[in-house]
Amino acid sequence: MSNVLIKSADIVGKGRRDVLVRDGRVAEIGSVSEKSTVAKDVEVVDADGLVLLPGLVDLHTHLREPGREDAETVLSGTRAAAKGGYTAVCAMANSYPVADTAGVVEQVAALGRAAGYADVQPIGAVSIGLEGKRLAEIGAMAQSAAAVRMFSDDGHCVHDPVLMRRALEYVKTFDGLVAQHAEEPRLTEGAQMNEGAVSAELGLPGWPSVAEEAIIARDVLLAEYTGARVHFCHVSTARSVDIIREAKARGAKVTAEVCPHHLLLTDEAARSYDPVYKVNPPLRREADVAVLRAALVEGVIDAVATDHAPHAPQDKECEWAAARPGMLGLETALSISVLALGGPAEVDWDVLAERTSRTPARIAGLEAHGRDPQPGTEANFTLVDPSATWTVVPEGLASLSRNTPYAGMELPVTVQATFLRGRATVLNGKIEEETHS
Amino acid sequence: MKHLLTTKELSREEAELILDVTEQMAEAVTGREVPKLPALRGRTVVNLFFEDSTRTRTSFETAAKRLSADVVNFAAKTSSVNKGESLRDTALTLQAMGADAVVIRHPAAGAPQRLTEWIEGAVLNAGDGTHAHPTQALLDAYTMKKRLGGVEGRTVAIVGDILHSRVARSNIWLLSKLGAHVRLVGPPTLLPKDIDDWPVEIGYDLDASLKGVDAVMMLRVQRERQNAAFFPTANEYARLYGLDERRLALMPDHAIVMHPGPMNRGMEIAAAVADSPRATITEQVTNGVWVRMAVLYLLLTNGESK
Repeated sequence: MSNVLIKSADIVGKGRRDVLVRDGRVAEIGSVSEKSTVAKDVEVVDADGLVLLPGLVDLHTHLREPGREDAETVLSGTRAAAKGGYTAVCAMANSYPVADTAGVVEQVAALGRAAGYADVQPIGAVSIGLEGKRLAEIGAMAQSAAAVRMFSDDGHCVHDPVLMRRALEYVKTFDGLVAQHAEEPRLTEGAQMNEGAVSAELGLPGWPSVAEEAIIARDVLLAEYTGARVHFCHVSTARSVDIIREAKARGAKVTAEVCPHHLLLTDEAARSYDPVYKVNPPLRREADVAVLRAALVEGVIDAVATDHAPHAPQDKECEWAAARPGMLGLETALSISVLALGGPAEVDWDVLAERTSRTPARIAGLEAHGRDPQPGTEANFTLVDPSATWTVVPEGLASLSRNTPYAGMELPVTVQATFLRGRATVLNGKIEEETHS
Repeated sequence: MKHLLTTKELSREEAELILDVTEQMAEAVTGREVPKLPALRGRTVVNLFFEDSTRTRTSFETAAKRLSADVVNFAAKTSSVNKGESLRDTALTLQAMGADAVVIRHPAAGAPQRLTEWIEGAVLNAGDGTHAHPTQALLDAYTMKKRLGGVEGRTVAIVGDILHSRVARSNIWLLSKLGAHVRLVGPPTLLPKDIDDWPVEIGYDLDASLKGVDAVMMLRVQRERQNAAFFPTANEYARLYGLDERRLALMPDHAIVMHPGPMNRGMEIAAAVADSPRATITEQVTNGVWVRMAVLYLLLTNGESK
C-alpha cells in the first residue's frame, strides 16, 4: 500500500486537506475526489478529526543491536518508533561492539532497512570504544554507506578538551557535528540522582547540575573557537538553558535537545527507590522542568529527543545503585511533548512539528524527513488523534523492554497511523505486520 | 507498623511506643537468670547482611534470641550473592523459606524498601547505604532518655561526616520528631547540599556548637575521605572537628558524649573522651539490644501478646 488517499486530515493544525500519495511521494494535496482514485489501487484513509504531522524524527535512540538483543533489536525498536509516530531514528553508538567503525554503522543501517519500520540513521562514536582516548575513524564512517554525520560518545562525556577540539575540527570538513553527553565525570563519580534536597534525604550520591553546565559552557566556547557544530544531548537543567540561549545569541553553532522525561518528571520520583526512574542525566527539580518547557516553546531547546533506553528486567529489578540508567521513550514522547507544550487543547501543532520533526531532521541531515506534505515530498507522516487518551501499559508496548516510567499514567493524543514513504507502518493504531508490500 | 525502614516515616506516637516497649524489655530481662522471653517462639528472623557488621548483626541476633525466635544468619559474603545472585532472587529464596522477618543491612540506599516489594514478611532496616539506620537512632534516643531524663527540649549536636551518615539522617528525623533541638556540625564538604528545610541548625565551628548542648554525637569519619578532598588530612580533621578533653570542658557538666561505633580514636574522638564516664558508648550497645527486641516484638506481634 504505497498509494494512499488521506481524507480530510488537519495538516499540522492549519486546516483540513486531502493528501494523495503515489509511489511513496505526495502526488496531490487539496480536495481530492475519491472517485478519481478508486480505480487506481489507492487505499483511502479517513483522517476526519486527525492531525497530520510530518513523521517524528528522534535524534537519540538506543536500539541495543548489536549486542543487547535481549533488551531491544533494530526491528523491535523501530516498531516502537513507528507506534510512537516516528519515521526516522538516530541510533546511538553505544552498542556492543561500539559503532566506532564503518562496519558497525553499515550493519545498523542495513538492519534498519531490512526491518522497514523507520529509517535508521546510525550515529558514530567520537572515540574508539567510547573510551575518550583516541578518535574513532570518523572519516571512514562519514564516507561509508551509512553516511554518518553525527558523532557521539553518549553515555560518556567527551570530557578531554583536546579530544573534543580535535573531533570538532575533524567533523567540520563534512558539516558534521558532535552530539555531546555533557557530564563532567569527576563531578559525578558514583552519582545516582540529582544532587539536591531529595538526594540529601535519600542518601543517594548526588549528580550536581553544574557537572552538565560546566561542560556545556566549555563546549560552547570550543564550538565558537573551532567554528564547528555542537549538539547538546538531553539538556536537563535551567542554567544549561541560560548558557545555550546566550551562545545562540552570539551566533555559536549549537543546538540542543530535551528528553520527554525531563519535561514531566522530577527527582521526587526517586523517593520510591524504584530504578525505573533512574536515568542519566537524572530527573531534576520542578524549577528545571518549568524552564525546560519554556525553552522548548521558545526554541532555545531545538528538539525533543527520546533517549529511548531499553533495559532487560534484571537491570532494573534490583536496588537503585545496581540498576542501569535509562528509560523507554519512543512510544510516549509525542504524548508528553503535547503535554509539555500546553496539552492537546492548547498545543500549537506547528511548534510541535518543529521540535519533534522538522528541526531534528535538519540537525541530523535527514533531507527526506521533517517535511510538511507538498507535491513531490516523500510521504513520511503520522496521523494523530488529538482528542483521544491512552493508558500506558508496559506489557502493551512494542519495545522488547518494559522500563517505562509512565506505567499506569493516562496520556493525551494517540498515534492512529504512521507512513514511511507512503507505506503504513502503523494503521488504525496498530503496527502493520507486513511492511514490504 | 509492617516494616521499619526509616525514622522519617514513624509517627511520634509510634516512636514513643517503641521507646516504651524498649523500657519494658530492659526491665523484663535484666536480672533474670535466663534472660529470655517466649514472645517470638516459632518465628524465624533472618539476618541478611550484605555488609560486614559483626556489631549490628550480633545485636540483632541477641535481640531475636532473647525473644526465643529462630535466627538464621544469611551473610551475603559467604552466600550466592557473590556468585551474582540478585537481591530479588535472594528475597524470593527467603520468602520461599518462610522468613517472618528479614533484618537487612545493605550498601545501597533503598535496598530495604525494594525488599518489601518482593517478600511478605516484615523488613527491618539495619542500615542502607547512606540513607537510614533507624534502630541506631532509636537506641540513641533511648540512651538520651535514660541519661538525660528525656529527649523533648534537649539540644543535641551531631558532629562530623553528615553527608555519608545514615546514623545522622535517622537521628535528625527521630530526635526532631521527639522535640529535641538538633545541631549539625562539620566541614561544609561533609554536609549535604540543599538541606535548608531540615529541622536543624547548621554550624561549622565545633567549639561554638558545644555551648549549651545536652548531648554530642560524634560520627565515625573514614580516613580515606581525605583522598577525595573532603578534608586535607586526618590531623586537620581531628584539630577542627575532633572531640578532645579541652572541648569536653566546653560542654555543660551534665552533657553526654555518644558515638555509634566503631570509633576512630584520635580522629573524631580522643581516647580520654571515649573512656570518660560521660561517654555512653557501651550503654548504647546494651540499649541497642533492648531497642531491637522492642522493634522485632512490635513488628512480629503487632503488640498483641506479651
